[in-house]
Amino acid sequence: MSEKENILARVREALRVPAPWPGHSPAPSNRTGGPPSDNARQWLPSVRPSFDDQVALFRKNAGDLKAEFFLLEGVDELPAKLAQLRETEGWKKIGTHDGELTTAACRALDLPTCRTDHPYDAKDLETCDAGITECDALIAQTGSVLLTSRSAGGRALSVLPPHHVVLARREQLISDLPEAFALLKRKYQSNYPSFMTLITGPSRTGDIERILVLGAHGPKKLTIFCV
Amino acid sequence: MSFVQEFKTQALRLTHDLRHRQLIQTALRKYEIVRDKSRAAFRDWQAARQAAAETKWEAINHLDKYLVEFTDKLAARGTKVHWASTASQARDIILGIIREKKARSIIKSKAMTSEEIHLNEALEHAGYEVVESDLGEFIVQLRHEAPYHIVFPAMHLSRGDISELFTRELGSAQTDNPEELTMIARRVLREKYVTADIGLTGANFAIAETGMISITENEGNARLTGSLPKVVISLLGIEKILPRLEDLALFLPMLAVSGTGQALTCYNSLYGGPRQPGESDGPEEYHVVLLDNRRTELLADAEQRDALHCIRCGACLNVCPIFRNVGGHTYGTTYSGPIGSVITPHLRGLQDWKHLSYASSLCGACTETCPVKIDLHHHLLQNRRNASNQKPSTLEKMAFKLFAFTVNRPGLYAFARGAGRIAQKLHSLVKRTRLDPAGGWTTTRDLPPIASQTFKEFWKTRNKS
Amino acid sequence: MFPKVGISVVQILERLGHTIDYPQDLACCGQPAFNSGYWDEARAVAVNVLRRLENAEAVVIASGSCGAMLKVFYQELFAGTDHEAEAKAVSAKCWEFSEFLVKKLQVTDVGARFPAKVTFHDGCHGLRELHNKAAPRELLAKVRGLELVEMQDAEVCCGFGGTFAVKFPMISTAMGDVKCASALETGAHYIVSNDSSCLMQLQGLLDRQRKTTKTIHLAEILAKT
Repeated sequence: MSEKENILARVREALRVPAPWPGHSPAPSNRTGGPPSDNARQWLPSVRPSFDDQVALFRKNAGDLKAEFFLLEGVDELPAKLAQLRETEGWKKIGTHDGELTTAACRALDLPTCRTDHPYDAKDLETCDAGITECDALIAQTGSVLLTSRSAGGRALSVLPPHHVVLARREQLISDLPEAFALLKRKYQSNYPSFMTLITGPSRTGDIERILVLGAHGPKKLTIFCV
Repeated sequence: MSFVQEFKTQALRLTHDLRHRQLIQTALRKYEIVRDKSRAAFRDWQAARQAAAETKWEAINHLDKYLVEFTDKLAARGTKVHWASTASQARDIILGIIREKKARSIIKSKAMTSEEIHLNEALEHAGYEVVESDLGEFIVQLRHEAPYHIVFPAMHLSRGDISELFTRELGSAQTDNPEELTMIARRVLREKYVTADIGLTGANFAIAETGMISITENEGNARLTGSLPKVVISLLGIEKILPRLEDLALFLPMLAVSGTGQALTCYNSLYGGPRQPGESDGPEEYHVVLLDNRRTELLADAEQRDALHCIRCGACLNVCPIFRNVGGHTYGTTYSGPIGSVITPHLRGLQDWKHLSYASSLCGACTETCPVKIDLHHHLLQNRRNASNQKPSTLEKMAFKLFAFTVNRPGLYAFARGAGRIAQKLHSLVKRTRLDPAGGWTTTRDLPPIASQTFKEFWKTRNKS
Repeated sequence: MFPKVGISVVQILERLGHTIDYPQDLACCGQPAFNSGYWDEARAVAVNVLRRLENAEAVVIASGSCGAMLKVFYQELFAGTDHEAEAKAVSAKCWEFSEFLVKKLQVTDVGARFPAKVTFHDGCHGLRELHNKAAPRELLAKVRGLELVEMQDAEVCCGFGGTFAVKFPMISTAMGDVKCASALETGAHYIVSNDSSCLMQLQGLLDRQRKTTKTIHLAEILAKT
């Protein structure tokens, strides 16, 4: 018998005796209505439905997290905004991937670029001052960015360079976490990327006396442009 | 020294360490403030707890089904799945992979399960360099210490302690500034991420429906560990299962709120396999090692099975007055605090570890705070019952039999009370000396005087008039 | 063990016009044996308690921990035994004293007077097993001349925990010290609780430290006119 069979056999044997239903309440006799976490939306912090409300909520959350958020009038504003960042941050080299927003915007930056659309040298990416990516969604409820290895140029581009810049579209703003997972299922169902992540603010740690420090290992700065 | 003697020795030391007491109290007061704020943002925290408890009940009580689904889905996209019944098997599997790859350097993100199987020692013994990338783990690794707390490994250290450590071990300049200290670690580790041959991670959840591991973190070190090395290995206990992807919409915030007081931690990532066709990075090889290590024994104890619902948030440690006063190291085992006291007898032996279940005032703060409603303090009681049933202390059992005998016989009880009055007068002769039978109390506390009139006497005289 | 508490309860209830019965041969709920894991011995004691209470209309208990034992833990102790139904029946008519006044009798003003600055310690059993937080405070609010100040960490355990206090005295003492410090910070003259064991723990420490702060049971305050 393989170890797998051994373990599964022990599990099955153990489960022959039923365990009490949690919460000191009797189990509902008629357990219809889907899995218990289906109603998560009802208990999680509330989110208003309008776009303006959700933008305001996202902006507030991002601010609390020390992430920068800019709502732009149109995609033509991007090159100027990125050029501004290049100046103020002193970027000498950037990393990015091909995308509807990223390709044009980064070409305009006119900097040495590490492209992560195909296998690349990690040491090359390590010398980039910023990683510029697209994303799958912006989540108002938590101020999070949802992205995957397929939508954002791999796993490392959004975490290795010290400044992560996200280029997002208004339509990508969604309300809450349940919506985020529903989106992933809809978009990738038949073929998930091998890596998906929720980014909520720049990297941080509280390991030293529970004092907040930004930029522990991941990016110290997170800037989100929404067009 | 036996485990219980060691525990008592450490407890004696730590409870007198007022610096430790102050440090921990300050840290935990900060946590409580943010935790309460984040909890209040939930529209119904209690309903969320119940749903989380029910979801975990579903997962654990159908564990075989979900484990099969999880591993089938993982394997379908190229992950190599390994099953380990024991800690030793798990170490052998991981060492085997490392040897086969002829690896030299290993970077690791936080994994309590790896502490449980003493993986680092085994790897270092075999000649491999293992670097902990999580800042707290990095710090305790340099001190050759176990993590103090399952979520905050270096909670017991001040910035001065850490600065001294870095100067000694890394040659860095002294600094009192937490940001500078963090940057020192960041610089050291940067190079390791990019050059490591093997990345080793743990897991917070295992999603059966989609065959993915979910990792919750703030620093980004786990993402780097899981992105850059050519070979990545994830080690996890079999109880980490969650049935569906959308269960994370509930569990990720609850883990964050309970663990650190945040609404969500900085990075919550899903890993579904090695680099897929069309992807530009990620490991060429991805291994998942599933660990039993006596979890199936806990599973078989239906009364305490819900202890396997634990999502390792650390909330019970944070609220436990025993933990706060003795600290994580005193427990002398990987999992400390209330959850550690509950499960360690199952994972490492009841008679050896029952003392952790007795070292509790059963205040219930743990049960009250647990996001998945584990009946923690009742399980401590059950461990006590199981331990005395299995191996009763003859002295104690006789004492309680005598107690029951006396209490059930009013005449005898009245006699005992009278005798008690006399005994208390005599007690003043031996109080606080080595002969004092009540030494456990009187070393630090005064005894109350026995009342001049008992309630029964009051009742009798009253009803006579 | 703490007759003044029982006497106070009787005085208050009679002042409110009720008749009290006291089964003479009731001595102990069996909690020490239960908490130490000797459930057979605990049952031997508890079975008698069940029998002597079967005809009571309501059972009033002036202790959070004994109250929890009868109301909550008896059901665990007798689950799957012949006395399961009896335990449920007794549990249903058990009341912790302050809950009895406020919830059952719907009374918050018992005509008490106690001019002093006090702080309240929430005993764990009363707080977490019996969900009793508001009732004591509602009663104290109506006591003439009394000033209630809340201490930081009022809900943290005092460290008594029954046999825990003598099995792990260093931890019990540390917990008690922390609690005393919280209480002393408020400047209160009295620490009040509805659990005598908590009060015994705290008074024991305060006396040893030669502090003038006193402990007093909620019932004793409410009995004072």
